[in-house]
Amino acid sequence: MSIVTVQLGQCGNQIGFEVFDALFSDSHCSQGFCSKKENEAYQASCKERFFSEEENGVPIARAVLVDMEPKVINQTLSKAAQSGRWKYGQHSCFCQKQGSGNNWAYGYSVHGPRHQESIMNLIQKEVEKCDSLSGFFIIMSMAGGTGSGLGAFITQNLQDEFSNSLRMNQIIWPYGTGEVIVQNYNSILTLSHLYRSSDALLVHENDAVHKICAKLMNIKQISFSDINQVLAHQLGSVFQPTYSAEGSSHYRRNPLEGFKEPALYTSWLKPVDAFSVWRTQRAFRRYEKSAALVSNSQFLVKPLDTIVGRAWNMFASKAYIHQYTKFGVEEEDFLDSFTLLEQIVASYCNL
Amino acid sequence: MTQSVVIQVGQCGNQIGCCFWDLALREHAAVNQKGIYDEALSSFFRNVDARVVGDGGSISKGKISSLKARAVLIDMEEGVVNEILQGPLRDVFDSKQLITNVSGSGNNWAVGHKVFGSAYQEQILEKLRKSAEHCDCLQCFFIIHSMGGGTGSGLGTFLLKVLEDEFPEVYRFVTSVYPSSEDDVITSPYNSILAMKELSEHADCVLPIDNQSLFDIISKIDLMVNSGKLGAAVKPRSLVTASAEALRKRHKKPFDAMNNIVANVLLSLTSSARFEGSLNMDLNEISMNLVPFPQLHYLVSSLTPLYTLADVNIPPRRLDQMFSDAFSKDHQLIRANPRHSLYLACALMVRGDVQISDLRRNIERLKPSLQFVSWNQEGWKTSLCSVPPVGHSHSLLALANNTCVKPTFLELRERFTRLYKKKAHLHHYRQTGRHKRWTFQGQRFGNDVVPLQVGDA
Repeated sequence: MSIVTVQLGQCGNQIGFEVFDALFSDSHCSQGFCSKKENEAYQASCKERFFSEEENGVPIARAVLVDMEPKVINQTLSKAAQSGRWKYGQHSCFCQKQGSGNNWAYGYSVHGPRHQESIMNLIQKEVEKCDSLSGFFIIMSMAGGTGSGLGAFITQNLQDEFSNSLRMNQIIWPYGTGEVIVQNYNSILTLSHLYRSSDALLVHENDAVHKICAKLMNIKQISFSDINQVLAHQLGSVFQPTYSAEGSSHYRRNPLEGFKEPALYTSWLKPVDAFSVWRTQRAFRRYEKSAALVSNSQFLVKPLDTIVGRAWNMFASKAYIHQYTKFGVEEEDFLDSFTLLEQIVASYCNL
Repeated sequence: MTQSVVIQVGQCGNQIGCCFWDLALREHAAVNQKGIYDEALSSFFRNVDARVVGDGGSISKGKISSLKARAVLIDMEEGVVNEILQGPLRDVFDSKQLITNVSGSGNNWAVGHKVFGSAYQEQILEKLRKSAEHCDCLQCFFIIHSMGGGTGSGLGTFLLKVLEDEFPEVYRFVTSVYPSSEDDVITSPYNSILAMKELSEHADCVLPIDNQSLFDIISKIDLMVNSGKLGAAVKPRSLVTASAEALRKRHKKPFDAMNNIVANVLLSLTSSARFEGSLNMDLNEISMNLVPFPQLHYLVSSLTPLYTLADVNIPPRRLDQMFSDAFSKDHQLIRANPRHSLYLACALMVRGDVQISDLRRNIERLKPSLQFVSWNQEGWKTSLCSVPPVGHSHSLLALANNTCVKPTFLELRERFTRLYKKKAHLHHYRQTGRHKRWTFQGQRFGNDVVPLQVGDA
């Protein structure tokens, strides 16, 4: 079962590279803390999921790289090629000359339709290389113009053209004190659109990952490279092959017992339904023991509420709206987004 | 990647433009070690086979043959342009991209705008179209001019309407040098206000620069250098002073050093679009983030470091000092103190060995002392470009949409009103067919737009 990754914008492409690098280096790790047979099965599974084979043996990432300006893609391609261990497909990129200018409307309404055919063709080609497609992994940020706007557009297209395949979006939640001034507008527009077309949104907050780098890893001068590597490490541990274990436990005291506590869940959800465990004996990136937790919880309520609040505050004064209406995103579209997101917040709060 | 075309108009515009091209070449030379014509270079330069006559000589890839600036030089006097064409940059300019006259505009906006505007409209359009044709993807026009004179002010703003009509999709960034209150051109308030009306209506973004501020900054540098207290020695490679020779000449030609600062601002503005970095910022993002309402597009700029690292051999200041300086009133390029006014938006464009944690630490540190408008409390736009300016390990350009521009504009309006009340020098403007009603509109503009800058916040 293969996954086709779509990397969008500067953020998406920078992270995408780190993810593939993490996946590759893990699967080719010499120390697996498991039997040779298990290791080989692991490697084969990872390879099938994320890489396709080229003639001279260098694996090619199952990925499509999209950006509206060339600098980042060029950098990403050369970084991958330089490593010599894996690379991106030569013809797997779509690039333009001028970026989206941090404008969601430009990414969604101008770049989207204009480049729809070319981008979908690239994705189609990648899909055809797969024996069986399990779904799409779309990496994008919410704050900018390409990842957010074009990302929302492409996800919708994927829903239309590949309705039977899953769409999981990795979205990067921007820093609270801005990277982009209109990030709140771009974020609410992205989230409201993805809500309708994506199957799952995997969220990483820049602030949270930054704290990990600072407090847990004690990095003094944190760069985006550090942040992306932490992210890739987390994603890698989620995506690497595991299988659900029935019964047999390798631990004397099961640390996972804590998750069976009913208080964690709502009244209509039984712990056994809500909590699933997948394990593998094979170690991830030389860590003798490691665990990754993916949860659907109320954790997102506060950040979401904050973003909606700030966007609404700005919207009330009509600031920057002319930049969006210029490209066909009207005040009504904003209002629709607000309504939808308020409903989501309410739903989570009512659990 | 996209290209930009620089249009330098009038004496001031061309002098600053000249500094800009000199610095741009040096910056690219420092980065581009292999002499290959790359995309970064193509943003401001064409690569031309010098042996080919006519237009067919463009080379898009490979080794650098002969670089030509993507520029159009306009002046109604020949002095400055001729000096450029005889100087060390003569080969950088295409002789077909010049428009000159001999008579000058007599420090009269009306002559520049109306007389020369109509006389040269066709020629100007032709040159602009030519430069656009040489671009793969033209993104931006950078117009450099002064406000107080006749050509830069009048013809420079006439251009804006032409650009808007002919190239509506291309950004119009204007760097405008405002006259100081001791300016020796008596009609400078008239020229400035009349030009401002055009800027408000036809420019996408304006960087107002005050001659007095530039002069104050240069004076401070001089003081640091000449104080001798720290055993100061000027590093000749520093881009702020341009060259040791220029430093020596400083007392005779302060404008050189002043113009270099403005040129540095333009270079820093475009650095993230030209070079790689971990958080890129394209030119179209400037207007998207910093212009919340169409007419409020005047951005106060400050550049650091100006002299700490490169010019004088004092120990490198801590990185954080660079951020603090960017918000101090001494580093602003107009007479304004943004700390005491309201921010509508702020952009920090960092170059060099600076990471996201440094940026965030400083934003957190400085935020409490700055006032942001209620609907944009977290109004920061940031970018990180890996390539620092020549001679520095890092630098910061801060662009602020801040109400501190109000005093500058109000003062200008004051000077205008004082002259206008006495009907002083109006006959010069009437003679060119501009009658009273028109200058009155300029006055009304002064009354309308200036409050707009303030009122909405």
